Amino acid sequence: MLKFTAEHEWLKLEGDVATVGITQHAADQLGDLVFVELPDVGAELTKDGNAATVESVKAASDVYSPLDGEVIEVNQAIVDDPSLVNSDPQGAAWFFKLKLKNIADADGLLDEAAYKELIA
Amino acid sequence: MDRGGSNTGTLLCLNLSRRNPPNLEASLLDDQTNDQSVLKQTPLHDLHLSLGARMVPFAGYDMPVQYPAGVMKEHLHTRAAAGLFDVSHMGQVLVKAKSGSYADAALALEKLVPVDILGLKEGRQRYGFFTSDNGGILDDLMITNRGDHLLVVVNASCKEADVAHMTANLADCEVTLLEDRALLALQGPQAQAVLAELWAGVSDMKFMEVREVPLHDVPCIISRSGYSGEDGFEISVPADKAEDLAKSLLEHPNCEAIGLGARDSLRLEAGLCLYGNDIDTTTSPIEAALEWAIQKVRRPGGDRAGGYPGAARIEEDLTSGPVRRRVGLKPEGKAPVRAHAGIFAEESPESPVGEVTSGTFGPSTEGPVAMGYVPASLAQPGTRVFAEVRGKYLPMTVTALPFITPTYKR
Repeated sequence: MLKFTAEHEWLKLEGDVATVGITQHAADQLGDLVFVELPDVGAELTKDGNAATVESVKAASDVYSPLDGEVIEVNQAIVDDPSLVNSDPQGAAWFFKLKLKNIADADGLLDEAAYKELIA
Repeated sequence: MDRGGSNTGTLLCLNLSRRNPPNLEASLLDDQTNDQSVLKQTPLHDLHLSLGARMVPFAGYDMPVQYPAGVMKEHLHTRAAAGLFDVSHMGQVLVKAKSGSYADAALALEKLVPVDILGLKEGRQRYGFFTSDNGGILDDLMITNRGDHLLVVVNASCKEADVAHMTANLADCEVTLLEDRALLALQGPQAQAVLAELWAGVSDMKFMEVREVPLHDVPCIISRSGYSGEDGFEISVPADKAEDLAKSLLEHPNCEAIGLGARDSLRLEAGLCLYGNDIDTTTSPIEAALEWAIQKVRRPGGDRAGGYPGAARIEEDLTSGPVRRRVGLKPEGKAPVRAHAGIFAEESPESPVGEVTSGTFGPSTEGPVAMGYVPASLAQPGTRVFAEVRGKYLPMTVTALPFITPTYKR
């Protein structure tokens, strides 16, 4: 199941694990990324807390955690090559996998139609 | 820009709404004049929109921060070919002595600017700065000898204050802000070839030379200078002819429109100061490593030494050496270090020694680059210091400026 946030993140939900990334719209708005910093595996994230940082030539931007949970895996490929986030933000350039504290919290997120309406 | 924030990421995705310019692109300068409702437009505003520019408030103007290619590609294009920048927001000011004598105008301006203006030859340009009573910098500017008068170009955010400052202090001079002229910057190794399509004589010009030349029968004032570290030109053109001129320059296959985002990363790689970031009323020109702009004749012992605001402090810095210096900083890792990051002597919060004043990822250097102020004892190239970024202490090496090799046609 695919969910979105108003902060321009996507979540792919499989059981109690959410794979999290930023949307195509966010990647387009941010421009060419030159640096990505990801959380440590094992980090406990809280909803709307800082989870990651992305930087373009011009500015640094925070990526927030969409839900409460523990980071169980991060995508080193986007640290090694931040441009992957621009070329495939909703595929190969996922950011981290979160073991959710409470799966039901995901119900409060946006579905794809609602997100598309938000950015329309 | 991200001045209001800290070195922890400013914004984010939160502000990617389409109605308002996203914060991440908000501005390059910390200024209070960005009320969207009263933004001014340059004569090229329609052209920017037609080229798909993302517009942001900057120094009271609605300006293009980038075009569809984006900051990275625009920066690299300027270093590889030629970029056209709209800098019409900057102030173009005529200073003319009532006597009609260049020397009178030059000597008058020397009372505000610690530079040899009297000795500037006709058709030549020179960098300078207005100093404050405490030896800080009110603005930096380019000064041209135009025969019987001076043409000065000042920063957009300071232009009203600069004109008031000159009007109040330049006795027996007329000071006129030119409201009816645009200013285009054409920068890059192909800039000469692009301009040669309109004027074959361009190849005879040298760095910092200024000529009045008709382009398409329109009288333009062309200087061979710029703010990118590359060879290039700045072209002052009547406002009503600016769009035609810009379009004809952009017809050249090697010339692309470039926004303020790339202008900032280009000048930073070139080691050039941005007023409001790297220099301001709290920095003396010597602390800012701009003593090269103060010619011998204006230094202690020179024929026209002193005689400008703050001379005592600036002369003391020249003679004894300043307490702190502006230096280039090369972060060792991949993380950009941004303006306002604290600089530390050690990897701990107990040893603050200075602050980063500009920082970005250098598309041409392919890594982060920064400038900032450190104590004189830490200003030697090769010295290792640390920047605090998101709670971490990232190592940086003090590095000679510029970060790139300029291609000026001297």
